[in-house]
Amino acid sequence: MRFITARKRAEGMGAAHHGTDRHWYMIVSAVGLAVLIPIFVYIVGNAIGEGRERVLEIFSHPFNAILSGLVLFFGMRHFAEGSTMMIEDYWQGVPRRLLVICAQSFAYGVAAIGLFALAKIAL
Amino acid sequence: MVQLTLPKNSKVRTGKTWPKPADAKNVRKFMIYRWDPDTGENPRVDTYFLDMDKCGPMVLDALIKIKNEVDPTLTFRRSCREGICGSCAMNIDGINTLACIYGLDEIKGDVKIYPLPHMPVIKDLIPDLSLFYAQHASIMPWLETKTVEPAKEWRQSVEDRAKLDGLYECVMCACCSTSCPSYWWNGDRYLGPAALLHAYRWIVDSRDEATPERLDMLEDPFKLYRCHTIMNCAKTCPKGLNPAKAIAEIKKMMVERVI
Repeated sequence: MRFITARKRAEGMGAAHHGTDRHWYMIVSAVGLAVLIPIFVYIVGNAIGEGRERVLEIFSHPFNAILSGLVLFFGMRHFAEGSTMMIEDYWQGVPRRLLVICAQSFAYGVAAIGLFALAKIAL
Repeated sequence: MVQLTLPKNSKVRTGKTWPKPADAKNVRKFMIYRWDPDTGENPRVDTYFLDMDKCGPMVLDALIKIKNEVDPTLTFRRSCREGICGSCAMNIDGINTLACIYGLDEIKGDVKIYPLPHMPVIKDLIPDLSLFYAQHASIMPWLETKTVEPAKEWRQSVEDRAKLDGLYECVMCACCSTSCPSYWWNGDRYLGPAALLHAYRWIVDSRDEATPERLDMLEDPFKLYRCHTIMNCAKTCPKGLNPAKAIAEIKKMMVERVI
C-alpha cells in the first residue's frame, strides 16, 4: 500500500509529450492501406491458382512488386503500432513492455522476410 | 489492467428480500447493490418492493422512499434532485445515469441499481471519486491569463461564447468516465472523458491564454490518446453532452500543432 494523494496519482509522472506522432501515423497509414490493400488483393487474386512460373512473373512486375512491398512494410508498421496500443490497453508493467517488444519484433520480422522474398523474386 | 473476473471478496451474492407492502396493488421490485465495509462481508443485492401508487416518478424518489420507509441503512448520494449537482449518479438498469432525472417508467421489468462501474465503493451506491476529482483538478479547470487583467471584464464575442455550449453544462457526475472501457483498464493514467471535456472547455475558451501549456499537458499516449472513440461516454451522458467529440477536437488541435 502507498499513502499518496489522489492528486499525485492523477498527475503521475506528467505528460510524455508524444503520442500525436503515433496518432497521426495511424490515420495516414490507415488511409494509405485502404487504397493499397484492394489493389494488393486484386494482384494476389490474379496469382491464386496459377503455376509457380506465372506467380513469379506476376510478383516480378515492378508495379506489383513495389505495391506488395509497400503493403508489407506499411501494413506491418500499422500492425506494430496498433498492437502496441492494444497491449498498452490491457497489460501493465513488465509484461506490457515484453509484449510490446514481441509485437514490434514480430511485425518488423515479417516485413523484413517479406521484403527479402519480394526482392528475390523481383530482382 | 483488464480484469475479467471479480476478486473473491467482491463477488456479489443474493441478499435480503424485504417484505412486500401490505394491500398494495401496483408493486414494483427493486434490486439494489449493498456493501458495507464495516461488516467485512461480500457485496450483496437486496430486493425491495414498493407500492408505485405511493411513490414519485423518478428512481431517486424510489430510493428515498426505500430509505425513509423500508431500510434506513441504504446509502446513496443525492442533493439537488434536478440533474444539476451530479451527486446521484449510479448504474440504473445497466446505464450510468442520474437517479433524479431517470424515470421509473423508462425501465422495463425489475429495477436494478448498482454503483458506478469499476470504481472503488465506499458504501452501497457511493463510489470513491477522489481520483476522478483529482484528474479534473489536474487539467487546471479555471481561466488562465497572462495579459494584465482588464479594468472591467474579459470580453468574449457571441460566436466565441457559443463554442462553450455543450461543454460548460457538464456536472461532473462521472457517468461518462465510468462507462468508458479505457478508463476502466487505465483509469490511473487516462484522464477520462469528463476531465478531457473540461480540458477542451478551457482550451477553446477565447479568453484563456494557456492553450499551449494545456495541450502540452495532455500530449501523452495515456492521458489523451487512450480514447479509442468507443462513444460510451456520449451514449450515457445524462446531460446529453458529447465528450468524445471534445476529445476528437483536442486530438485535431494536437495534429494541427504538428502538421
